[in-house]
Amino acid sequence: MFWQLVKGALLRQRNRFILIALTVALGVSLASAMLNVVFDVGDKVNQELKAYGANITVVPKNAALLKDVYGLSGNETHKDYLNESELGKLKTIFWTNNIVAFAPLLEGNLTLADGSQVPAIGTWFEHTMNLPTGESFITGEKEMKSWWQIDGNYPIEGQNEVLVGKKLAQSKNIKVGDTVKYNGGNLKVSGIVSGGGDEDNSILTDLSVMQTVMNLPGKIDSIDVSAITTPENDLARKAAANPDLLSQQEREIWYCTAYVSAIAYQIEEVIDNSSARPVRQIAESEGKILDKTQLLMLLITFLSLLSAALGVSNLVSANIMERSQELGLLKAIGANDFSVILLILTEIFISGCIGGIFGYFAGLGLAQVIGMTVFESGITNNLIVIPVVCVLMLLVLLFGSLPAIRMLLSLQPAEVLHGR
Amino acid sequence: MALLELKDVSMIYNGKVKALENINLTVSKGEWLAIMGPSGSGKTTLMNIIGCMDHATSGEINLDGISLMDVNNEELTSVRRDKIGMVFQQFHLVPYLTALENVMVAQYYHSIPDADEALAALKRVGLEDRASHLPSQLSGGEQQRVCIARALINYPVLILADEPTGNLDEANQNLVMKIFHQLHDEGHTIITVTHSPDVGKEAEHCVVIEHGHIKNAEVS
Ligand SMILES: Nc1ncnc2c1ncn2[C@@H]1O[C@H](COP(=O)(O)OP(=O)(O)O)[C@@H](O)[C@H]1O
Ligand SMILES: [Mg+2]
Repeated sequence: MFWQLVKGALLRQRNRFILIALTVALGVSLASAMLNVVFDVGDKVNQELKAYGANITVVPKNAALLKDVYGLSGNETHKDYLNESELGKLKTIFWTNNIVAFAPLLEGNLTLADGSQVPAIGTWFEHTMNLPTGESFITGEKEMKSWWQIDGNYPIEGQNEVLVGKKLAQSKNIKVGDTVKYNGGNLKVSGIVSGGGDEDNSILTDLSVMQTVMNLPGKIDSIDVSAITTPENDLARKAAANPDLLSQQEREIWYCTAYVSAIAYQIEEVIDNSSARPVRQIAESEGKILDKTQLLMLLITFLSLLSAALGVSNLVSANIMERSQELGLLKAIGANDFSVILLILTEIFISGCIGGIFGYFAGLGLAQVIGMTVFESGITNNLIVIPVVCVLMLLVLLFGSLPAIRMLLSLQPAEVLHGR
Repeated sequence: MALLELKDVSMIYNGKVKALENINLTVSKGEWLAIMGPSGSGKTTLMNIIGCMDHATSGEINLDGISLMDVNNEELTSVRRDKIGMVFQQFHLVPYLTALENVMVAQYYHSIPDADEALAALKRVGLEDRASHLPSQLSGGEQQRVCIARALINYPVLILADEPTGNLDEANQNLVMKIFHQLHDEGHTIITVTHSPDVGKEAEHCVVIEHGHIKNAEVS
C-alpha cells in the first residue's frame, strides 16, 4: 500500500515531481562535471604549466658549488660532468610518476665550414628510454618545451638532423631542409626553432653529436626535469634549507610528499655526484594555480548544490502546501507523523534520484565540454565522483526536505479538512 | 449503555473564541444522533472533539471507556484510527488513488490492506463497478459514498459525518441518507451534523446547538 501511495503520487501527479527531479538534475550535473574536472585537472593544468619549462635542474655538484660560491659557471679547464647512463635512474625514485619529462643537455660550440664558431646544444628531442623497470618512456625537448615554435619538424634521432635557432638562422641565412657543414660532418636542418631563450642563437643537435664533437662520450652538463609538485609549506621550506634537520617523522612525511625539494632530494640520491635545484618560483606558482583552480571548481560545486537544495526546498514546500488536505486526510484516517513524513521523503528521494541519474550523465557531457573548451582535451571520468555525488545529492535532498518536515509535523487535520 | 459521554465540555479557540460552552451529551450504542444548528454555532468544533481530531479546553469526554481528556496527541491519533469512522462535507479522497485504493489506505494505516474486504465495502455503498476509478472520474455523490465506505472499513464503534450531504444534490442526498439508514438498522452508532432540518429529522434523535450551547434535546 505504501508503494501504491508513492507510485500513485509519482505517476499520476508527475508534474509536481518533474520540477524537483529537474532541479536536482541541474545541481548534480554541475557538481559531477566540476568534480570530474577537479579530479582530472591536476594533470591538465600541469600539462599546461609544463609550458613554463623545467622546474628542477640537475648539474654536477662542483659546478653548483662554483656557481654558488664564486658566481662563475664551470670553466673549461676543470669541469665535471654527469653520466648519460644514469638518466634512467630518474624514473626509479619514489615520485617517479610525477616526473613528466626531462632532457639531458651538453653545451659547446660547433665550427662551421666558413670557420665561424656557433653555440650548440646536444640534447634529446624525442628519445625512447628503456627503463630499469622494463617499461619504456618517451621524453626529450619535445615533451618539455611545448611553447617552442618549430618551423619544420623536430629532428629524428640518429639521422644527424638539427634544429637551428631563429636568430642564428637569419644571420647565417639557413633554411629548413638546408645542410650545414661543420668540422665533423654534415647536419640536416629539419626545423627552425623560436623559443625566446638561448636556443634562438644555437644549433640544437642530438646529444651524441655534441658528445662526439667535444670528445666527451657518455657525458652531459645538466638535466632539465619537469615534475608535478605539491605546493610548498613550512615543512617543505624547512626541509629545503637542510633535510638533515628534520625529525624522523617529519622527514618521512616530507620524503613521501611531492614537494619540489623532496623530488630534488630524491634525484640527488640516485644521480651520482649531482646537485638538483628547484627552479623555485615556477614550481610554486604551478602548485598555487592548480590549488586555486581546484578551489574555484569546488566552490562552484558547493554553490550549485546549495542552490539545488534551496530550489528543492521551495518546490517541496509548495508541494506540501498544495497537498495539505490530502496529507491531513491521511493523518485523520490514522497515519502518524512518521509515516506521513516517510511517504513524502520517499517521493522526494525517488524523484531526486531519478533527476540525479540524469544529472550525472549530463554532468559527464558537461565535463567533456569544459575539458575541450578550457583544456583542449577530454576529461577522464573518475568513478570516485559517483559515490561523492550520491552523498552530496542525499544531503541536498535532506536539507531541501527540512522545511517540509516541519510543515508536516505542524499540519493539523482538523484545520485543513473542514474548509472554513 | 453510553458509548459516548460529554460532561461540561468547553472549547475556547486562541483563549478568546468560545466555540463550545458546557456541552453535556450522551450517545448510546446503536443510536443515531443528529446535531443541528446554524452555521458558526460550533457543530464542526464538536465533531472535531468527538472525532479525536482536537482536544477540548475543559470538561470530561468518555468514548468507549477511554477518557479523551487524558490522552496525548499520539494516543488521540490511535483512538481515532481504531474507534472512529469519519465523513466530511468535502469529499476528501486521495486524488491519485482509485476508489478501491482510497478505501485500502484506511486499512493500511489501521492494520493491513485487504482488497476483497475493501471491495465489499464499496459494494455496500453501491460502487463495486467504480472500484478502479480515480476520484476525478467520480461524481460528487459517488465520491462521498467512497468516503462512507472508507469510514466503515475498520469497523469503527462510532461513525461521524459532518454535513455529509452539504455538497450534494437531492438525489445523491437521498442515496447517502439511505446508506445511513441501513447502517443504523445494522446497529451502528452514528452522529450526523447538519444545518438542514430535512436531513436532521431522518435521525433517531436530534439536538440543536446555538452559539456553542445545546438548546434542546428531543426525540424526533
Ligand atoms: N481553529 C479555529 N480557530 C479559531 N476559531 C475557530 C476555529 N474553528 C472554529 N472557530 C470558531 O468557532 C466557532 C464555531 O465554528 P464551527 O465549529 O466551524 O461552526 P459550524 O461547524 O457550526 O459552522 C466559529 O465562530 C468559528 O469562527
Ligand atoms: Mg461546520
